Amino acid sequence: MGRWLRDRITHVTGPQLAGPLVPVVAVLAAFLIGALMLLALGANPLEGYSALFEGAFGDVDALADTALKSMPLLLVGIGICIAFRASVINIGGEGQMIAGAIVSTLVGLGCGDLPRPVLVPLVLVGGLVGGATWGAIPGALKAYSGVNEILSTIMLNIVAVQLMNFLLRDAIMDPYERDHGRLPQTQRLSQNSDLPLLPGGTRLHIGVLVAVGMAGLAYVLLWRTSLGYRIRAVGHSSAAARYAGMPVKRTIVAALTFSGAMCGLAGAILVFGSESHRFVTDGSSVGFTGSAGFNGIVTALFGGLHPLWTIPSSFFFGGLQFGANAMQRAVQVPAALIVGLNGLVVIFVVSSDRMRRAVSESWGQGREIAAARAADRTGS
Amino acid sequence: MSDFFTIASLVFVVGSGIRLATPFLLAGLGETIGQRSGVLNLGVDGVMLLGAFGAYWTILETRSPVAGILVGIAVGLAMGLLYGVITVTLRAEQGISGIGIFLFGLGISDLLFQKKVGTPIPIRGFDDLHVPLLADIPKVGEMFFQHSVLVYVAFLLVPVVAFLLNRTTFGLNVRAVGENPAAADSLGVSVARVRYTTILLANGLAGLAGAVLASELGIFQQNLTNGQGFIAIALVYFGAWRPVGVMGGALLFGLVSATVLQWKTLGLVSGAASSLTAMAPAVLTILALVIISRTVGQPSALTRPFDRGH
Repeated sequence: MGRWLRDRITHVTGPQLAGPLVPVVAVLAAFLIGALMLLALGANPLEGYSALFEGAFGDVDALADTALKSMPLLLVGIGICIAFRASVINIGGEGQMIAGAIVSTLVGLGCGDLPRPVLVPLVLVGGLVGGATWGAIPGALKAYSGVNEILSTIMLNIVAVQLMNFLLRDAIMDPYERDHGRLPQTQRLSQNSDLPLLPGGTRLHIGVLVAVGMAGLAYVLLWRTSLGYRIRAVGHSSAAARYAGMPVKRTIVAALTFSGAMCGLAGAILVFGSESHRFVTDGSSVGFTGSAGFNGIVTALFGGLHPLWTIPSSFFFGGLQFGANAMQRAVQVPAALIVGLNGLVVIFVVSSDRMRRAVSESWGQGREIAAARAADRTGS
Repeated sequence: MSDFFTIASLVFVVGSGIRLATPFLLAGLGETIGQRSGVLNLGVDGVMLLGAFGAYWTILETRSPVAGILVGIAVGLAMGLLYGVITVTLRAEQGISGIGIFLFGLGISDLLFQKKVGTPIPIRGFDDLHVPLLADIPKVGEMFFQHSVLVYVAFLLVPVVAFLLNRTTFGLNVRAVGENPAAADSLGVSVARVRYTTILLANGLAGLAGAVLASELGIFQQNLTNGQGFIAIALVYFGAWRPVGVMGGALLFGLVSATVLQWKTLGLVSGAASSLTAMAPAVLTILALVIISRTVGQPSALTRPFDRGH
């Protein structure tokens, strides 16, 4: 499986690609199709899009909300960068986020009396551990039993959702809700575990800084450590890596473990940075994650599978998600449009390599034909 | 538990299990055809959602279940054409583009539903078709022969797909392309044409699966499938790329789901514990994958785009 993904990755990120042009063109193409859809639904695309960008990036509060929306996308995106670089396709971001949220919530409920400077890092570590575990399982299954990671991560998503639903209706359910409302959620978590707000009077909390810091750490991991070198080598060619004496299986497990840890951290920050300071489910994974486990794939691809480029990429897509609500208010087109456009961005990015080659080939052929004709004329 | 092990309760569970298995079966059969030709389509869930909305809206507007089903299939075929262009013509990575298709279907089906319908208005699908004579057999008839026509169609497709894959020239070509596209190509089989055909069949069936889901439930809502398309993909592995195996997996999923529902209705498990039992199919699938990956090989060229080279 390694070789084709390597081909895709080098074509997404390689030097021959004229840098970040492909993702930008992919987004523009998706927006063009989105504009046609808006027209078909009787809305003015310019009005809709300007409301979207105004709502996402228009003022300080909008920027802060966009940054908050970007946090899970960034962390999952970083996780996707690590996994995809090893040619491991992690579709399990949703489940890993939930696993991180569960473990961090258990920590927060169990150690609520600890002072804040201890408890806040502790619950975040809980998120890392939960996500790492949920990533290590498919990693080990792939490395040692040959189970396709796409399938095992999808299945583990289902298991995680049901585990969340069970716990929030049973073991860690809010005692008040158990007696009265029956909303599946925890009690208000300890104030000592609330993520500190950043100065400036917005809703921004340190979770956003943690996510950005993780992007830097992931960059160091991938390009400045021997493990990162092994991850990339296995991604390029697991056969060659094995021939070079690298522990391929352990590297695959490590890649999925780190990938899951990033997603788990996102889950923990979602819980402890939430306005209600509770862990709440609506019964589906989307209700908790907002599909970040999937949308993180979009941001990672848009960031060229590079953790640092994933920072602006997730900020952009977080802005689209947040601004979509403003668009909905302005032109009465549901915000779900943006989810659909994200899908198109993915499709365009992964298809773009062949399109680009086809264009350059036809250019090349055109030039050859023109040159041949010119040669004919001068010869005759 | 004794409430559950009554004849009436068990008959009900088997009957509703078969009904619940139908969308899994249709989507799984389609995915089987695709994967045998080396094409993994992770977008099944998105295609099912679009097919489901197409069918729902059509039935809402025309009151014709037949038209709804046809629209569902047509939507699936259109998505198949798109997926063919992406993965065969443009040779994009299949796993990731499938996620793109999923997100597209998830968003656009929700968008159209909110914009065109808004509130979930119930629709009337097919009436149950009582098979003459057989439906009158006590218990057995109730379990197997009092379903919507769509259920019978889905189960009849099992031998049809098996025959298609194993006994026809087309099936031989599909398997050849899935195992060794270069060899098939050198023998004059058009890899692109075979894969386009299987992708169209697979997506048409996924659209049909969504349409069946919507018409049987009589409703549409955001994320109606709730991941059923992803489970259908897993069933293909579970069933070791054989239609009969996929049917077994679909029935297992359907029966487990029906059992959980029945336990909930009878008050045998709390709402919370039913979440735990709902994990069972996913856990079983992972265990099956561990066993299968040791014994059965997947199509060798699965997920590999074919490039003839120049």
